Amino acid sequence: MSETLHAVSIEVNGKRREARVSARLSLVDWLREELRLTGTHVGCEHGICGACSVMLDGEPVRSCLMYTVQANGHKITTVEGLAGPDGSMSVLQDAFCEAHGLQCGYCTPGMLIAARGLLNANPNPTEEQIRDAIGGNLCRCTGYQQIVEAVHLAAERMRAK
Amino acid sequence: MKAAPFEYARSASLAEACALLAKHGDSAKLIAGGQSLVPMMAMRLVRPAFLVDINEITALKFVKVDRDAARVGACTRQCTLERDDALAANVPLLRRALAWVGHVQTRNRGTVGGSLAHADPSAELPLVARVLGAKMTLRSTKGSRTLDAEQFFTGPMSTSIRPDECLEEIHWPVWNGERVGSAFTEIAIRHGDFAMVAATAQVSVDGSGRCTRAAFGLGGAAGTPLAFPKIAARLVGTKLDDAAIEDAAVEAAKASDPGGDLHATKEYRRHLARVLAARALREARGRATQ
Repeated sequence: MSETLHAVSIEVNGKRREARVSARLSLVDWLREELRLTGTHVGCEHGICGACSVMLDGEPVRSCLMYTVQANGHKITTVEGLAGPDGSMSVLQDAFCEAHGLQCGYCTPGMLIAARGLLNANPNPTEEQIRDAIGGNLCRCTGYQQIVEAVHLAAERMRAK
Repeated sequence: MKAAPFEYARSASLAEACALLAKHGDSAKLIAGGQSLVPMMAMRLVRPAFLVDINEITALKFVKVDRDAARVGACTRQCTLERDDALAANVPLLRRALAWVGHVQTRNRGTVGGSLAHADPSAELPLVARVLGAKMTLRSTKGSRTLDAEQFFTGPMSTSIRPDECLEEIHWPVWNGERVGSAFTEIAIRHGDFAMVAATAQVSVDGSGRCTRAAFGLGGAAGTPLAFPKIAARLVGTKLDDAAIEDAAVEAAKASDPGGDLHATKEYRRHLARVLAARALREARGRATQ
C-alpha cells in the first residue's frame, strides 16, 4: 500500500522548506533525516525524555509528539537555529560550555531549547523556575546541577547586555 | 516512523471535523495536542486508520469568563489556560492543577479537551472537572449535547463521547464570593509523572470562618476521578477544624477503589488517598480564611 503524501511548507530556522511527507512521519525524523538537521536528538520517541525539544512558533514542544504534516504553515527553531548565522555560539550555548552544563551531550539540544524558552519568557528566573523549565528533560550524566548553573549564568549575561 | 500508516486530514472547522467523523466512524480518531495519542500510536496501542486534526480550528480555542462559569474551547492549549489571569481569579483550581500536568513542553502543545477526552484516571484536569462539576458540550453532525462530568467519565480512558462526536467546549463553574480557597496536591515518582494519587479541594467560608460550601475529590484512586459531594456536604456549617477534615478524608479513602502496581500497592494508594484528601482540604481552608 502506498501512503498518501502531503505537501507541507514549514519555516525551519528562518528558512522556508517545502516537502511531501507521509502523515506518520514525525517532525523529529523529518528534521534529522530529510533536512539533515541532526542537532535535535531522538531519545525515547514517546514524549518522556525531552531530547527532541524544538520551538514551535517560539514555544518549546517535543518534536517526537508531532507529525510533520501538523507543522505545515508553522515556524520551527531547532538547536541549530540558536547559534548565530556564522555558526558562532549564542550566550546560552557558551554558558553551557563554561559551566560544564553537559557531559555526554545527548540531552543538550533539548536542554538548550527548554532554557531558551524559559529565558524568552522570564529573563531573571529563580532556581526553582529553572528546574521547573527543564523538568521535562532527562539528563543521565550531570545530576542537573551544572545545567541549572549554566542557565543562571546565561540569564545574568543576557541581562547585562 | 513508529506509527502504523494512517490517512490524515486537517479540519478547518468543527463542522468539517464532525463530517469526517460521521463518514469514517470508528476507524477515525481526533488528534488535538497529541501528547497522549501520539505515544500510544508510536507504541501501536492504537492504530486509527484516519486521523482528523483539529489543531487549526480557531473556533475551538478560547477562554471566556462569565459570572457563573468560565467557558473554555476544547482545543485551547493547557499553557494558554495556565497563563490566563482572569481564569485564575475565577476558577483558581485550574492553574493550581495545571502546575502538576506534565511539563512545559507538553503543556505548550497539550489541550484541555484532549486531557478530558483521554480520561486517564490519574490525570489532573479530569479530576478538577469532576470535583467542580464541569459540563462538557459535544458536537456531531446530528447536533450537540451537554454532559456533566459525572456522566462524562465512564471508566479508565473511557468517556461517553460517541465515535462521531467532538468535544467542543467545557464550562467550569465559578464560585462567587470572596472567601473561596482551593488546593491541588499529588504524589508521583517525579514531578510531572502520572500521579499515584492526586487530591483536590475547594471550600468557601463566611465571615466567621464557617464553611458555606465544600467540594473535594481524588484522582488515581479508582477507574474514574472521584468526587465526594455527600461527604463534603457534612463539612458545611463546620469551622473546617482538623478533626472534621480528617473524618471526611477517612470516609473518602474508604470509598476509593485504587488499583495496585509495581510502584504502589493498593493499600499504599488508599493511605495516600486519606493523607492527600486531608492535606488538600486543609490547604483550601487556609486560603479561604486568609
